[in-house]
Amino acid sequence: MRLSALGSARQTNRRTFSEEAFRRVSLVALLLVAGTLPAGSADEKKITIYATITNFSLPVADRDGRDYIGLLEAIEPLGNVTSRTDGLHWKLRFNDTDAEFTAGKNRARIRGRDVDLPAAFLLENGRGLVPVSSLSTLLPRILGGSVTFNLASRRVFVGSVATHFTAQLSRSTPPRLVMNFTSPVNPTIATEPGRLRMSFRREPLVAPGTALLTFDDKAIPSAAFSEDNGAAEITVNGTVPLMASFSNDGRTITISPAPQQLAGPSAPAATAPGAVPPPVVTKPPANPPAGERHFYAVIDASHGGDDRGAALSDKLAEKDVTLALARRLRQELESRGISTLVLRDSDASLTLDQRAIFTNTAHPVIYIGLHAASDGKGVRLYTALIPAGGENNGPFIAWDTAQTRFLPQSQIATQGVASELTRRQIQVRTLAAPVRPLNNLTAAAIAVEVAPPGSDVMDLTLPAYQENVTSAVATGIAAVRDKLGAQR
Amino acid sequence: MIPRHLLIGVGVMLLAVLAMGFYAGRMRGRVAEVAPAVADSRPVAPPVSGATERVTLYVAYDDPGILRVEGANIPLPSARQQRAEELLRAVLSIYLSKDSPHPLAPGTEVRAVYLVTPGVAIIDLNSAFANGHRSGVLEEELTVTSLIQTLVANIPGILRVKILVDGKERETLAGHADLSDFYDTGAVALLVSQLQGGP
Repeated sequence: MRLSALGSARQTNRRTFSEEAFRRVSLVALLLVAGTLPAGSADEKKITIYATITNFSLPVADRDGRDYIGLLEAIEPLGNVTSRTDGLHWKLRFNDTDAEFTAGKNRARIRGRDVDLPAAFLLENGRGLVPVSSLSTLLPRILGGSVTFNLASRRVFVGSVATHFTAQLSRSTPPRLVMNFTSPVNPTIATEPGRLRMSFRREPLVAPGTALLTFDDKAIPSAAFSEDNGAAEITVNGTVPLMASFSNDGRTITISPAPQQLAGPSAPAATAPGAVPPPVVTKPPANPPAGERHFYAVIDASHGGDDRGAALSDKLAEKDVTLALARRLRQELESRGISTLVLRDSDASLTLDQRAIFTNTAHPVIYIGLHAASDGKGVRLYTALIPAGGENNGPFIAWDTAQTRFLPQSQIATQGVASELTRRQIQVRTLAAPVRPLNNLTAAAIAVEVAPPGSDVMDLTLPAYQENVTSAVATGIAAVRDKLGAQR
Repeated sequence: MIPRHLLIGVGVMLLAVLAMGFYAGRMRGRVAEVAPAVADSRPVAPPVSGATERVTLYVAYDDPGILRVEGANIPLPSARQQRAEELLRAVLSIYLSKDSPHPLAPGTEVRAVYLVTPGVAIIDLNSAFANGHRSGVLEEELTVTSLIQTLVANIPGILRVKILVDGKERETLAGHADLSDFYDTGAVALLVSQLQGGP
């Protein structure tokens, strides 16, 4: 009995020792494994959703080698959502929209209509999972608006959210790469030998005209835009250590060589507030980089934000019509193989100087400013009325008269568009106009003022009319692209 | 005992006070019933006395969106600066009239015109002009070119024109026409020829 008790005590002690050893070994192994991972969840698959009210990222689940996402989590931040499970059926209500999914089935029912899914709907403990690739089909129907889904990078843009940027190298000593963004940004910045990386996860940053931007500079030869795993990234390549500084309320990032004491492969990128770069227009390089040679158009929806523009009627503001026209014109131009940058793709405020800076730094072949009016009929096309003064000083062109040398190209563009409008029997008139930023632009620049086709100003909102006008503008520009490109 | 004539005197005075109070009350009510005079927002008319001169006005017509040259006889002072102001007032009076071809906001007025040598004119208009102006590229440029070309056509030697509002620089007239720069009268003349052509 005593021996038995002693043996039992030894067994207990042995078990206790072996459990403790196992826990220690496990902990060490866990730490070793964790140490080999670069940043814990950095490799986790994510999807990012950008909307007007919020931006957020969600983890992507792997089921049988296919990417899935919880549908409730994806739309919950965007409105009022309720869900309930009824056997194999999962019912979802978003605002006033009803959707019904069935576990194991490739078909859902949204707003009373059947929708095919690329893979089966999964129901796990009351949580509805849909294939990630089905979001481009599901979200527009559930949310009731336009949704742009980049499947490769897993980035979803709900409505008209997009942050554009331009990059221009200032050939000062040392050189500075000035990047202007249409909205404030706050990227995660990391430096490594030969490059500075800015990762934008919460910003709906979209690609510029070309993914690779070259600057013909030894210190900062190029920058590249990429997007992957729910985030966008700008990589600035440099032959010297680089640092980034923020200004203009987060709308401008300036990349410059790091001071000597910060040099080194592991030096963190420094950030410091600075002054907003002045609106100085530099002469375009005599031999622009190859990436800037292709035909590239900037579309500017005038007004926006607090600036409503003309009150076309009690309910219709000019800024809303110009935004709709800009989006249609983008489609029309891109369908003709012309890359575009829409300066204002949401109800954002942009000053006239900002519009000019963004355009000049983007180096487009043509700028198209859009306006709307209630008086008159048809379309009026404007080129710049160059103001008095404007003395060029050395390598700098006077800001107010920067358009002067590009006026012949602007008039070629106007003639091309006017011809097409006339061909379509849309009343057209061509004039000069003292409308900024036309006179500040170093590219062919025209303003298009769209009036209603008849006496009813609400006809400005007719899709058929907008499509006819923007299609004519795009066709007219495409018709003279060789003349504009040749002179660029 | 109070003398009788004192009682009568006090009584008469009380009656007089009551009567005057009643009269004052009636007068106050009558004043309240009379509507306050409507502020006359029209610009001050040119002086009617003195010899009139034949001048050329560039008048905007919203329908069909053109500028027309019109002659007018208006009394003009001899000083250049005052002549410039009267010329613009003559144009504005057309725009503020009942059958205006290009309506401007009530209360629009020229505050002053400064002729600065060599060849620079500064037009200073009041805030009612800009704040109440209709927004639109064509509407705004019709107004601007009408004012500038009327000055240029009647006062020789003007090469550059700047428009101020209440003595201050303004970015645009009503969201479109640029007011931040000096207008080159040569460029404006070319625009005027375009605007005379019509749609």
